[in-house]
Amino acid sequence: MKKIEAIIKPFKLDEVKEGLAEIGNVGMTVSEVKGFGHQKGHTELYRGAEYEVDFIPKTKIEIVVSDEKVASVLETIEQKAKTGKIGDGKIFVYDVAQIIRIRTGQTGNEAL
Amino acid sequence: MEFSTEMKYVLDSFWLLISGCLVMWMAAGFAMLEAGLVRTKNTTAILTKNITLYALACVAYYYVGYNLMYGNGNDFVGSGLMMYGTSADGHSLISDFFFQVVFVATAASIVSGTVAERIKFWPFMGFILVLTAVIYPIQGHWSWGGTSLGGMIDGFSDFAGSTIVHSVGGWAALAGVLLLGARKGKFGADGSIHPIPGSNLPLATLGTFVLWLGWFGFNGGSQLALGSKDDVDAISAVIANTNIAACAGALAAMVLTQLLYKKVDLTMVLNGALSGLVAITAGPDYPSMNLAILIGAIGGLLVVLAIPLFDKLKIDDPVGALSVHLVNGIWGTLAVGIFNPDVALFAQIKGIVVIGAFTFLSSLAVWAVLKYTVGIRVSEEEEYNGMDVSEFGLHAYPEFVERQGA
Repeated sequence: MKKIEAIIKPFKLDEVKEGLAEIGNVGMTVSEVKGFGHQKGHTELYRGAEYEVDFIPKTKIEIVVSDEKVASVLETIEQKAKTGKIGDGKIFVYDVAQIIRIRTGQTGNEAL
Repeated sequence: MEFSTEMKYVLDSFWLLISGCLVMWMAAGFAMLEAGLVRTKNTTAILTKNITLYALACVAYYYVGYNLMYGNGNDFVGSGLMMYGTSADGHSLISDFFFQVVFVATAASIVSGTVAERIKFWPFMGFILVLTAVIYPIQGHWSWGGTSLGGMIDGFSDFAGSTIVHSVGGWAALAGVLLLGARKGKFGADGSIHPIPGSNLPLATLGTFVLWLGWFGFNGGSQLALGSKDDVDAISAVIANTNIAACAGALAAMVLTQLLYKKVDLTMVLNGALSGLVAITAGPDYPSMNLAILIGAIGGLLVVLAIPLFDKLKIDDPVGALSVHLVNGIWGTLAVGIFNPDVALFAQIKGIVVIGAFTFLSSLAVWAVLKYTVGIRVSEEEEYNGMDVSEFGLHAYPEFVERQGA
C-alpha cells in the first residue's frame, strides 16, 4: 500500500480529481497549502513599500492506494496537473505501514 | 398654509441633497454586495472598480454628461444647462445636479457585477467613461430631459428610473457580458453549470441592506420637492411603498426557493429584496401598499426564475445584476402601464424598447471597439491566479495566502 502526495496548482484540482475518478479512484484528502520550490516568489508594492512574496498557494492531494494502482495514479496526476510552466508541482510516494477503516475495523487492503 | 418661495426653495433643495447623499451611499452597498459574491482572489479588483467607477461617473457627468442630458439642444441630445442658480421649479440647481450625478453613478455600478472576475480594469473604465458621459445622458435627455425623442416616447412614465437607470445599467452589462464570455470553469463542455459560490455572505447581506436604505433616497428624492403638504404626502407614500416592495420581493424569493430547491437561498432572498426595489422604482408614488406588495413580490419571483435562465443561456452573471436590474427594470416599468390608470401600457413598452435598443446597441459598439483594440478580458493565467494579484498586486485577504511573517 502506498500513499501518494501531490502538490499541484490549485486550479488543476478539478481536472486531477476527474481524471482519477475515471480510473476508478474512490477518495482523496485535499488541503490548501503554500510553499515554494525552484519557482521563486515575486516582489509586490504596498502603499509605496516593497515586500517579498515567497509562498505561492498550492493544493495538496493525498491518496492511499494498493500497490497495483500506483502507476496509473501517478500517470494520471502527472498528465492532468501539468501545464508545462514553472510551479506545476511534485508528487511524492510513501510506503504505508497500516490502514484501518474506523467504521468497520477492516485493515490492510480491505480498508482501501 | 403655503410656504414662501424662499422656504420652498430651501426645503426642495434640502430634500434633493439628503436624498442624493442616500443614493451616494448605495455605492457602498454595491461594493459590499459585489465583494461578497465574488471569490477572495478577485475582491480587490471589484472593490477598486466600484470606487473608481463612482468617481469617474461623477466627473464625466459633470464635464460632459449633464450637458448632454439637459438644456434645449434638440430632441436627441441636450445642449447644456446652467449648474448654478435657481431651477425652473424653484430650487437650487446645483442640488439638482448633485441628485442627478449620483443616479448616473448607480447605473454605472450595475455593470461591474456582471463582468466581474474576468474583465480588464482599464478597458472597463473606458466603457464607464462613455456610458456616463454619453450613453446614459442621451437617453436621459429623452425622458427626464423632457424631449420624449420628438414625441416618440410620449406618455412614458418612469418615476425614479426602473428603465432610465436600472435597465440602462442592465443593457450595458448584457452587451458587455455577451462579448466577454463566461468565467473559466463556470460552464462545462457538456453543458453543465458549475456554481462559483461567493466568498463573503455577510458582506453581501450588508450590501443589500445598505442599498435598501439608499433606495429611500433614490425613490423618495425623485419627488424632487419637499416644500408642500402634497409633496410630503407623496414622498411618504413613495418611501413606504419602496420599503414594502423590497420586503415582498424578499419574501417571494424566500418562498419560491424553498419550493424549488427545498432550501431557502440567502443570495436569492437578497436579490429578491433588490428586485422588489427595482420593480417599484418606476412607480412608487401611485400604488396602494397592497399593490406595491404585489409588484415587489412579482419582482422577487422573476429574479428567482431569471437567474438559472441566464445560466441556461450560458450568460455568466456572478452577482445576478441582469436578473435584478434588467429583468425587473423592465417589469417595474410595465407594471406602471398595467396598474396606473393614467399611464398607457403601450407608452411604457415603447419607452422600454426605444431606450433599451439605444442603450444596448451603443454599449455593444463601445464594448466591441474595446474588445477588438485593447481586449477586454484578462488572460487565462491571470484569471486563474486571480485579478487581485494579476492586475492590482494587492490581495484583499493577504494573510490567507502568502504574506511572510509579521
